[in-house]
Amino acid sequence: MNVRALLGNIGLGLGIFIIVSPAILFFIWMISLSVKFEIDNASFPPILIPERFAWENYTAVLNSNRFTTYFFNSLIVTGSATLAALLVGVPAGYGIARMQAHKSTIVILIARITPGLSYLIPLFLLFQWFGVLGTLWPQVIIHLVVTVPIVIWIMIGYFETTPMELEEAAVIDGATRWQVFRHVALPIAMPGIAVAFILAIIFSWNNFVFGIVLASRGTRTLPVAVYNMISFDQLSWGPLAAAALIVTLPVLLLTVFAQRQIVAGLTDGAVKGG
Amino acid sequence: MPQEPNSTLSNRKAWRVPSYWPFVIPALVVIAGIIIFPWLFTIWMSMHEWKIGAPTTFVGFANYFRLPTDPRFVESVWHTIVYTLLSVILPLIFGTFAATLFHQKFPFRGFLRGLFIMPMMATPVAIALVWTMMFHPQLGVLNYLLSLVGLPAELWVFHPNSVIPSLVMVETWQWTPLIMLIVLGGLSAIPSEPYESARIDGANAWQMFRYITLPLITPFIFVAAMIRMIDAVKSFDIIFAITQGGPGSASETINLYLYSVAFVYYDIGYGSAIAVVFFIIIVLLAAIMLYMRQRMHWNQTGGAA
Repeated sequence: MNVRALLGNIGLGLGIFIIVSPAILFFIWMISLSVKFEIDNASFPPILIPERFAWENYTAVLNSNRFTTYFFNSLIVTGSATLAALLVGVPAGYGIARMQAHKSTIVILIARITPGLSYLIPLFLLFQWFGVLGTLWPQVIIHLVVTVPIVIWIMIGYFETTPMELEEAAVIDGATRWQVFRHVALPIAMPGIAVAFILAIIFSWNNFVFGIVLASRGTRTLPVAVYNMISFDQLSWGPLAAAALIVTLPVLLLTVFAQRQIVAGLTDGAVKGG
Repeated sequence: MPQEPNSTLSNRKAWRVPSYWPFVIPALVVIAGIIIFPWLFTIWMSMHEWKIGAPTTFVGFANYFRLPTDPRFVESVWHTIVYTLLSVILPLIFGTFAATLFHQKFPFRGFLRGLFIMPMMATPVAIALVWTMMFHPQLGVLNYLLSLVGLPAELWVFHPNSVIPSLVMVETWQWTPLIMLIVLGGLSAIPSEPYESARIDGANAWQMFRYITLPLITPFIFVAAMIRMIDAVKSFDIIFAITQGGPGSASETINLYLYSVAFVYYDIGYGSAIAVVFFIIIVLLAAIMLYMRQRMHWNQTGGAA
């Protein structure tokens, strides 16, 4: 029995190793690519750990003044789209949950099914007519397509599980609907808001398809900027991999530190935008 | 007596309904602007000859009739079907397997799960860039790994026959974690009693998985398959960043073709028609899956009775 248990443990360990290694090896290789000089990146057989580290790959990316612009573009677009989504989405989730208006969630489902490109055609024309294409506004607005459904969906689910007794007691004490929401429901819902906030940030930050159509030279977000590095600048692999790692690093850190919220949100509704 | 709680409930509901509207209205305005309006406008545009910089004319369903005679569109439908089928089945198999492993207790479980879900959270474009380097026929690490086990070098995304399987490999790598999480949620809801009685009856691990676990997690696998299908059909970032639909048009799915029509050729009317048909295809696929589940469910209850 003991031998069997031991064998079982070894089998489990092996299975875990096999299933996790593609993810780990990929990111190790990504780091390796990003710290190698071009000679080492072009060598065969490939080198995992170089003799000389090319830290200048990172400084080259970080010091280029356009990188700062793109970073702030990403920050403004993702930040505004997420905050606006929380502002309208959290009360909406509350209202829908309390009204038990389950049929209204069909709109959220349609938004979830629709390919992101379908929104781009009409909204692109609209932004053109309003003459706002050179600014960040189009991207902030279209990122709402990603963030608003995520927030509403998660908040409906969360408010349905919070207890009603406290809210009813507050109503009996003479509180208005708004006061009940603001002082009773909202504080309890903070963990749910955190889940919605984190997922909205990640999917907005990662979004690529809206940027390639709507961004001009000065309004690119980081994913679009990295993509343009591949197509135009003909850079060597080292700086490219470094740029890719810098772009995705905030998201990876969030994944590690807010894993519980992310897992809760994804298993709840498996929301993903775009 | 049974009358009373019923009537207070409906009274209460009638009194409540109007008072929650102010919470929903701002979101309603936003959703009308960014989701409902674009949809109506798309349908409107799809009935016009509409090119940027040229006058528009109403053409009825002409754009739709153009679709079946457009070889590039027909080809893209087939690419989409193959791509979607593979990108649903492979993550389902690996994800379910991974979920049964992560359901066990072992040290650093939370940390390892965090590493495991990193591929699906990471920025797709950044990932696509590194995969492109790994696919490189001369300098890429994948051909080196093949040579280690004595296999000949591949052209991966640079050959029409291997481009879709290669992209599916990336897609599988990226989205297996989501299937794992959903199935894992299903596994944690299973009570332990059936396993205890099965163990007493002398069932082995495979039998327990096949006859207890699998039937109980089937609904979760189905939900995962549904979500995966919707995402795989719409897949854009990975394909666009790695191949742009190439080589030639060997990996051009409907979504990629839609991009070219609308934002390379600026044929807005025809692009809108593709967008509408694309949406209908996704809804149809989802409906077929729901129908299949209905049938399966029916068979199961029929067999049990």
